[in-house]
Amino acid sequence: MNFDDTPQEAAFRETARKWIDANAPKELHAELSKSSLGRIRLAGRDIVEVGKAWQKKKADAGWACLHWPREYGGRGATPIEKVIWQQEEGVYGKLTQPFQIGEGMCGPTVMAFGSEDAKRRYLPKLASGEEIWCQLFSEPSAGSDVAGLRTRAEKKGDDWVVNGQKIWTSGAHYSDYGLLIARTDPNVPKHKGLTMFFLDMKSPGVEVRPIKQANGMQEFNEVYFTDVVIPDSQRLGAVGEGWSVSLTTLMNERMSIGARLATGVPEMFEFCSNLMLEDGLAIDDPAVRSKLASWAAKSNALKYTSYRTISALSKGERPGPENSIGKLVSGMMLQDIATYAMDLQGAAGVLTGSDEETVQGQFQQMLLSSPSMRIAGGTDEILRNIIAERVLGLPGDIRVDKDVPYNKIPTKGR
Amino acid sequence: MNFDFSDDQKQLRDQARKFLAEKCSPKAVRVVLDGKAPYDRELWKGLAEMGFLGVAIPEEFGGAGAGHLELCVIAEEMGRANAPVPFSSTVYLAAEALLIAGSEAQKKKWLPAIASGEAIGTLALFEGKGNPSPKNVKLTAANGALNGVKKPVPDGAIADFAVVAARTGSSGRDSDISLFLVDLKAGGVEVKSLTNLDPTRGQAEITFKDAKAEPLGSAGEGWSILTEVLDRAAVLCAFEQVGGADRALEMGRDYALDRIAFGRQIGSFQAVKHMLADMYVSATLARSNSYYGAWALSTNAAELSEAAAAARISATQAFQHCAKNNIQVHGGMGFTWEFDCHMYYRRANAMALGLGSLSYWEDQLIDRMRKKNAA
Repeated sequence: MNFDDTPQEAAFRETARKWIDANAPKELHAELSKSSLGRIRLAGRDIVEVGKAWQKKKADAGWACLHWPREYGGRGATPIEKVIWQQEEGVYGKLTQPFQIGEGMCGPTVMAFGSEDAKRRYLPKLASGEEIWCQLFSEPSAGSDVAGLRTRAEKKGDDWVVNGQKIWTSGAHYSDYGLLIARTDPNVPKHKGLTMFFLDMKSPGVEVRPIKQANGMQEFNEVYFTDVVIPDSQRLGAVGEGWSVSLTTLMNERMSIGARLATGVPEMFEFCSNLMLEDGLAIDDPAVRSKLASWAAKSNALKYTSYRTISALSKGERPGPENSIGKLVSGMMLQDIATYAMDLQGAAGVLTGSDEETVQGQFQQMLLSSPSMRIAGGTDEILRNIIAERVLGLPGDIRVDKDVPYNKIPTKGR
Repeated sequence: MNFDFSDDQKQLRDQARKFLAEKCSPKAVRVVLDGKAPYDRELWKGLAEMGFLGVAIPEEFGGAGAGHLELCVIAEEMGRANAPVPFSSTVYLAAEALLIAGSEAQKKKWLPAIASGEAIGTLALFEGKGNPSPKNVKLTAANGALNGVKKPVPDGAIADFAVVAARTGSSGRDSDISLFLVDLKAGGVEVKSLTNLDPTRGQAEITFKDAKAEPLGSAGEGWSILTEVLDRAAVLCAFEQVGGADRALEMGRDYALDRIAFGRQIGSFQAVKHMLADMYVSATLARSNSYYGAWALSTNAAELSEAAAAARISATQAFQHCAKNNIQVHGGMGFTWEFDCHMYYRRANAMALGLGSLSYWEDQLIDRMRKKNAA
């Protein structure tokens, strides 16, 4: 049990710190520090554009996708070095948001199932942010039940022709490539008829339509496929093996967890430290203290849970589904914190502009964005199922569609 | 960074688990629960022979000289087994106070006796309701004699000696408090057993009437020593709580796999699964904060005060949560004396108060975070 850097780790940290100090876009520091969940505040500047510049600069100096092999655009760094980098990168890490799905999910899937040519062609550009990737899994009638997806891919000669619709695709509107799971055989049970591909998002027949979200923003999209042609060379894994390939993708999502999960606690601590209530500072109020302490303890615990995972990774152990707790805990916490912060603001809490008494509406924004944290990437309920079944070994739910061919599963209005 | 116990420490945990599975079955715990013995003497002897009582006591004072990380893994197993012995009061409170503040002679007298299982020690801090605070210490010390009443004192009825917090000034500052060592078998000490939530660990009222006492640590240093003792004990207790929470979760899980209703295992119902998943989440959070506490404790890091409070909060919440939902998963059977669920429910709720209540530690965490932020 040792929290201190080893001499090698300390040297790595020093190198990283020096490089960041010399190269980071310091003019953005103040704005980035203030932006919390759902709102990166960069006045008049496009986060993708600014993010790409930072990512490219990092890649050129060997600081992008640190844990990837060098030949694919990484640094061959250890899991712990990656954490050290994230600690040192600090608020500038918020600029990596457009690349996280590529780095965390698409890249590792290509790495595991792509041909050597594909890896050398696509991974370095993904790492450097020159090409952005999105993930095309969810569909209008396949959310939690993603294996029930309908998008069809049919073999025509050496190509596949894709028709269907995906939804909730973060960043599809600025993505260059997409990781796509589609149904290649509807005559077998649903998990067995899926195949994984990647495709150029500029292919003819791909149409991206933004979704206006409940929080007023537009980060997600619908993606429509009309006779989109994908060469067989862009298939990842065997035909019919898409489900197991997708599990690799999801496992990598869990491995890519870092210390970047937003909990709302730092913002709330600062808010309570400055807010004057009738009897004094909010942070001196026993009711406030009690809630704040519980949230702070949880937030610390999430951080140390990720450290335990990293320690396991660095010993060559594979982290399991127990990492699901991060999003489960932080999603609910964000929503609770936002609600309570507004409660403390009283009547003014209803205001969502840049009013002083609501600290520029940051908790209002958090409130409106937090429901998505409890849904995207596995709902709270699915995460609890995963913990119950894969960690605790409880039986799966009784499934009425289990051994039924996909095209015989009853649906509403298919 | 390596945020895990070493292989040797894990081996020690396995060894402790095996030992306790053999010597501290629920049946053995019930002997104390049912009031047939004040604590499990055989088990206490066994723990001494295994070297567990003195694992963090230096060799020169008769211990194994291993360290606090080793003590943490043993604590976890003590909690898992719900061991009916005065381990926490003797090892986390009395021994730690001696290690922090004891004179050479005091350490020589008591630490080897603790390690060998001959002496049971405790901390006499509370005087009725209220949380740890200098204001709540009324018992007085003057001319080497104590006068006043302490309650509840954990394991007070079976303890041989106590570290006693006493008032030696009236300035209204922390320096009004000093610590004393008292031989509870000597004159001027009256001990009365009190009934309590968790009969597997006794509580007592101790009345001191001109009881002879020797200072532990310098006069006026009592409160700062106590603060450190409580922080250390908070981490060690957190490991017991984590062990208890894990055991309660396992019991619930096992029952959910075993029990059939509506033609299926009740563990296949999402209402039950999600309850168990939430128990796992709180137990995991508690474990992570406890690990951080263990690191801070073992390295004497400045972070101990914040780490201890966070570990205490998470572990208290987790054990209470797991113990109560374990009963819920068991349904009616969980509410019988015959099933073991209530032993963990009792222990969880008693432990939640032992070193000061949850709200006290929440207060402490906020104070300590503010201090850190200000620095």
